[in-house]
Amino acid sequence: MSHLHRHTNADGTDRGHDSATLMRRVTLACLPGLLAQSWFFGLGVVTNVITAAACCLLIEAMMLAARRRPVSPTIADGSALLTGVLLGAALPAGTSLWLILIGSLAAVAVAKHLYGVLGQNLFNPAMVGYALLLVSFPTQMSLWPAPSGLFGPDAVEPSTWLARWLGQHPPAALDALSGATPLDAFRHRNADADAALLLAPGAMEAWQSVALAWLGGGLYLLHRRLIDWRLPLSMLVSMALLAWLFELLSASGGVGFHLLGGAAIFGAFFIVTDPVSAASGRRARLVYGAGIGALTMIIRAYGGYPDAVAFAVLLMNLAAPLLDQLVPDRPPRQPAAMVSSDDD
Amino acid sequence: MTHSDARDIAIKGLWSNNPALVQLLGLCPLLAVTGSVVNGLGLGLATLGVMLGASASASVLRHQVRPEVRLPAFVLIIAAFVTCVELAMAALAYELYQVLGIFLPLIVTNCAILARVEAFASRQPLAPALFDALMNGLGFALVLVLIGAIRELLGQGTLFAGMELLLGDPASDWTLYLPGDGGMLFLVLPPGAFLVTGLLIAAKNAIDDAVKRRRPAPTKTPGDERRVRVTGVVR
Repeated sequence: MSHLHRHTNADGTDRGHDSATLMRRVTLACLPGLLAQSWFFGLGVVTNVITAAACCLLIEAMMLAARRRPVSPTIADGSALLTGVLLGAALPAGTSLWLILIGSLAAVAVAKHLYGVLGQNLFNPAMVGYALLLVSFPTQMSLWPAPSGLFGPDAVEPSTWLARWLGQHPPAALDALSGATPLDAFRHRNADADAALLLAPGAMEAWQSVALAWLGGGLYLLHRRLIDWRLPLSMLVSMALLAWLFELLSASGGVGFHLLGGAAIFGAFFIVTDPVSAASGRRARLVYGAGIGALTMIIRAYGGYPDAVAFAVLLMNLAAPLLDQLVPDRPPRQPAAMVSSDDD
Repeated sequence: MTHSDARDIAIKGLWSNNPALVQLLGLCPLLAVTGSVVNGLGLGLATLGVMLGASASASVLRHQVRPEVRLPAFVLIIAAFVTCVELAMAALAYELYQVLGIFLPLIVTNCAILARVEAFASRQPLAPALFDALMNGLGFALVLVLIGAIRELLGQGTLFAGMELLLGDPASDWTLYLPGDGGMLFLVLPPGAFLVTGLLIAAKNAIDDAVKRRRPAPTKTPGDERRVRVTGVVR
């Protein structure tokens, strides 16, 4: 155990990664989730991710040039690429180029560069971009296509995806494309109808499979000690507890539904774990993650927007510095006892 | 009041000591009502009117008001003019009066006005006091209109919508529409006001820096100006 301790940071993540390696590996860990999402929701996911990554890289380069900073070393650290990939993954499949450009501007230019640069951003950049789009363009941002598959008889024509990407949306194609997400169904549920019943057949399975694929990538991150286990675990546990409580109260939703039916897994492993905007103390991180989980459930149950991970993350980003002060780590004990006390 | 005094007052009020962009005074109405050009213009004109009346009165009464009670006296003067402007607006532009709502009576608490009265008008004769109030009121109103224009254009996709509320029927077909449907709702909401105001302040500072780089700064003589709060560097 003692040799292990030498190679880990205080939060249990592996020491000795520069941020470029870290960013590259996290981006790689997105692949299973992205592939599954493309498989079920079609080409629109691919265009989302590529467009968002390209926009974020471009805006990062322009901001660096405008600030007279060296461009290539910062681009090479991969953080703008990761921001773009995460933003693209969060957007409804087939979001138009213009929306993605605005979201990337908010993410990279406002949330990252206006606050300093990577390491000084108060908020998670990808979630700032996503939340700004969600607040600004509620109609377009709630247009999740039905999970019609990448190939096969139901798959949406590439030309339709192209039209959406360019921002043209003829009403007929729009109707054919859109389908209620599990969380839409949850929001419009009746008191006695189970939310899953309102969904198109296969939709719930598609969302669950995508969530499990993101979970796979997240477990890889945990295995390589690239993220702190406290953050996803505390978020998911607090979400599960509240989902169970709400199920008792209103007999709808349920633990599995809420953990797998939206962006919870994706958020828990890829958004909440952002080391810059999260709390930094070990105990503070437990509270931070639990706060995100609780806020997500509360906003899902009582709020006006279908999913709430982005808002919950941004609200807790605000609280992170305060949490580090209010819930400080216990001072280190004897070096011999330290290894075991790491797991509290 | 010499010509150079007047020029100095104008530059300070409109640009280098602008109440909204440099002193950051009156931010509450600035952020709250600048969702469109007509709202910004309405509140800007109301503030300008109050500022003119309050500065003129404070200047005329400056030998009568004892220093110990000057602040309550100034607030009373400002409140009197706010009541006049509010009643006038209710009579002349009732719909706009309803849109601006609580922010019209709240002009009383607008520190930009009290700052001009306290720092300038109560120490100066009538003519400079009036001119200073005009320039500061215009500086404030211009920023309000500019923020309103940016937020209306990008947030709703229109410009000069509803100007007939303020200017009567001839202005009813002034509205310009941006092609496409709607805009970014975010900019009409309160966070958009913060963002646009911050970007305007940044743009002003950038222009100042660019101007300063182009020509070496003249040696400044300390004015009689008391700057209340500043966003730039005090030199």
